[in-house]
Amino acid sequence: MYNIPGSVTTPASGASPDKAGEGAEQADGVRTARTVAEVMAQSQAGDVLDELDRELVGLAPVKARIRDIAALLVIDRLRMNQGLQAQTPSLHMSFTGNPGTGKTTVALRMAQILHRLGYIRKGHLVAVTRDDLVGQYVGHTAPKTREVLKKAMGGVLFIDEAYYLYRPDNERDYGQEAIEILLQVMENSRDDLVVILAGYGDRMETFFQSNPGMRSRIAHHLEFPDFVEGELLRIAEMMLEQQNYRFGPGARETFQEYIAHRIRQPQFANARSVRNALDRARLRQASRLFANPDKELTVDDLSTIESPDIRASRVFDLGAAATPNN
Amino acid sequence: MMTNPTGRLTQGQFSFLPDLTDAEIALQIEYGLKKGYAWAVEYTDDPHPRNTYWEMFGMPMFDLNDAAGVMLELKSCRSTFPQHYIRLVAFDSTRGVETIAMSFIVNRPPVEPGFGLVRQETNGRTMRYTIRGYEAERAEGERYRK
Ligand SMILES: Nc1ncnc2c1ncn2[C@@H]1O[C@H](COP(=O)(O)OP(=O)(O)OP(=O)(O)O)[C@@H](O)[C@H]1O
Ligand SMILES: [Mg+2]
Repeated sequence: MYNIPGSVTTPASGASPDKAGEGAEQADGVRTARTVAEVMAQSQAGDVLDELDRELVGLAPVKARIRDIAALLVIDRLRMNQGLQAQTPSLHMSFTGNPGTGKTTVALRMAQILHRLGYIRKGHLVAVTRDDLVGQYVGHTAPKTREVLKKAMGGVLFIDEAYYLYRPDNERDYGQEAIEILLQVMENSRDDLVVILAGYGDRMETFFQSNPGMRSRIAHHLEFPDFVEGELLRIAEMMLEQQNYRFGPGARETFQEYIAHRIRQPQFANARSVRNALDRARLRQASRLFANPDKELTVDDLSTIESPDIRASRVFDLGAAATPNN
Repeated sequence: MMTNPTGRLTQGQFSFLPDLTDAEIALQIEYGLKKGYAWAVEYTDDPHPRNTYWEMFGMPMFDLNDAAGVMLELKSCRSTFPQHYIRLVAFDSTRGVETIAMSFIVNRPPVEPGFGLVRQETNGRTMRYTIRGYEAERAEGERYRK
């Protein structure tokens, strides 16, 4: 095979084992990595992992699993550099967890990490749901699914709420066709893309039960735990900081109280509820400042969320109503 | 042998070279994707030089990031039309260009008899010449089969 400038030749096909054994330099003068640190430094995967640790609150089991996967890929790289057999591991995953626990966020990071470690070639994420895969009439589904798969090649295909693909009540449902194409590509094109299925735990379980082929093709099942109150508060502070806001005196405590109420109410969506609450608090802060048209506003005024901005939330009334003795 | 010196159809890029391997095809696709071209797969069993428009196999592929997507389509075309000519074409949608920028054959029938020269005698001693594919004698879908 000829070499086009800029094309990557994989070490497996490029360097013969005996040549690699002498710590040979690669064509571009970079030493072939021999240590974990070298692989990490060359791939800059460590940066993404650290970023993941810093920017995502909690999620300890998920982070541990991602580190495990990174470790496997790094060791595989080292094995390949030494001319040992390194079979591409299957990295299809399922992310289960309640709304707003960070599944989509982690999937995006995952694409970056896998790209840096050289597992996927491009590192983009294509996020889809049932509507993007399943057609409306006979013969519509296959091209639609294949279209999406082709776009995802070289990156990560993220299927949100994957269980909607399977409708047990309708045996002629086109979703089954999409699942079959997915299964085939997941098996045959392992080197070309990583599929991540995401959804709520119990419904994913039923989905896997009725599609055993799907379960057996997924090597990693990651469960996203709900956040505890302390974590939600930290998430809130991080979100504010990113947007150049901060809590005024007492506001932090008020928000803590807010979380304690909100967490018990229906339709609580973890980090997303926090984001929404902060958006509404910003709205109230804006109206508060707006009401005083002649006041000169300082940086402090503009960036401080005060306790009343949060206190005005309906959540507090509902919380009080739900626990009358409080 | 005047009409078919290599015993092979020579149209598009690379057609005087030995057939590209799949890895080499993928590199060409990758190059096109980097340029922002949209790839499409086309097939025919009537490769007359004047047959500009071959049949499209599926839609042109926009928004692809990686050659594997095009290869997937190519493989499925090959399994559907193993005896046909298949080519990859890259469309450059840059305003003012808006045309095919790359095109090369990626599948050929096992035997390529080529084209015969047809002579037609007309008024006086005038001769008209044209070429006709030997396989074109047979019905569409029946060509290039042994
Ligand atoms: N661990 C975390 N630390 C900081 N922010 C987080 C964390 N997890 C999630 N978020 C934030 O919460 C919001 C919702 O997260 P995300 O969209 O990833 O949830 P999800 O699990 O995909 O939810 P759904 O199941 O409803 O799709 C995002 O804005 C994200 O930035
Ligand atoms: Mg999501």
